[in-house]
Amino acid sequence: MYTQSFSVPDNAGQKNVAAVPSTENPELMAAFDARIDADGRIEPQDWMPDAYRKTLVRQISQHAHSEIVGMLPEGNWISRAPSLKRKAILIAKVQDEGGHGLYLYSAAETLGTSRDQMLEGLHSGKAKYSSIFNYPTLNWADVGVIGWLVDGAAIMNQIPLCRCSYGPYSRAMVRVCKEESFHQRQGYEALLVMMQGTEAQRAMVQDAVNRLWWKCLAMFGPPDADSPNSAQGMRWGIKRISNDELRQKFVDATVPQAKVLGVTLPDPDLKWNEARQHYDYGQIDWQEFWNTVEGNGPCNKERLATRVKAHNDGQWVRDAALAYTRKQQQRAQKEAA
Amino acid sequence: MNTPALKEWPLWEIFVRSKQGLEHKHCGSLHAADAAQALHMARDVYTRRQEGVSIWVVPSIAITASNPDDKGELFDPAADKIYRHPTFYEIPEEVGHM
Repeated sequence: MYTQSFSVPDNAGQKNVAAVPSTENPELMAAFDARIDADGRIEPQDWMPDAYRKTLVRQISQHAHSEIVGMLPEGNWISRAPSLKRKAILIAKVQDEGGHGLYLYSAAETLGTSRDQMLEGLHSGKAKYSSIFNYPTLNWADVGVIGWLVDGAAIMNQIPLCRCSYGPYSRAMVRVCKEESFHQRQGYEALLVMMQGTEAQRAMVQDAVNRLWWKCLAMFGPPDADSPNSAQGMRWGIKRISNDELRQKFVDATVPQAKVLGVTLPDPDLKWNEARQHYDYGQIDWQEFWNTVEGNGPCNKERLATRVKAHNDGQWVRDAALAYTRKQQQRAQKEAA
Repeated sequence: MNTPALKEWPLWEIFVRSKQGLEHKHCGSLHAADAAQALHMARDVYTRRQEGVSIWVVPSIAITASNPDDKGELFDPAADKIYRHPTFYEIPEEVGHM
């Protein structure tokens, strides 16, 4: 459910790398372009240019990693949820994220990369995931705000991905989007309940919104003008709507929701523009965003360490399952002999 | 024949029947050590909201697929046989639905 709408180079920081001129077979390339132009779909066994494959592997695996790492900030609250009902809901949501990660890893595997390779990329810190998870979830309202705003932003990003030109990715996104709306609604509803509570509870909601609002706007990626890879993604039908357009849609959809909830969005420049028929909003701090992408956010190290520990702690389970299967196979062979 | 020693959990293709009377439909894949575990995990991954009443799991390597490069010659023979479709035949209107 969580994606940074753009695909950050895994060696982020070195931006604006010049496009490599195509050395692909022109005949195959023409057939591929024609299919994309006709809004057709590319399937795993079809010929595709190397750069298309690489872009997809990077984007889908980053998306998968984001789902998996996204389980951590919310997982912290499972044992602290304020009621059994909220706890059951949160467990279901976190379980969904795990499932979404799996749909996406499977889609990436169809491009010829292995699960182990992708996990190795994540665990070594080489591969990126959505920066939003490198911020802490300090109070219970953060869990609600993650559902309302973070998942809300993710939905904006993901709906157009359901029409992505790569078949397995678009099918995975259809499945993800079906499950996603529960995530946003449960978050918003949890906040509505808090807003009917004490002054202190309302202050918690406002505090969480203040801390997360700008990070959510950054989730859509750099402005179109600074997003050199976007045009190629659009050309290939991987990206359908530009970063700025999606961000605007998100702002326009969120302002009335904030009003109903009774919170303020922390942006003095946020106001309705009659001429544009959209809300204007202030400047996003991209310096801070890139700093977090590059690994220096408040929780980058902790998230990665938790993820690696969980993987290592589960090693004996994976080994035991394999050992059991091998034993069963040997027994079957002996009986057959 | 010797089965090669497993190093990582193999890939399985998952087919789910959404309700009695409908076919099993491919819905995705997952890694599992064996068939029983694949079934168990498929239940958790693909039927969390009662999407199914039955699950098939098939080792991905057991599937033989047609080669997309042969798509032309493989499917071409059907292309010029429009007489296989009911709309090829003109029937007088007074005959009604047929």
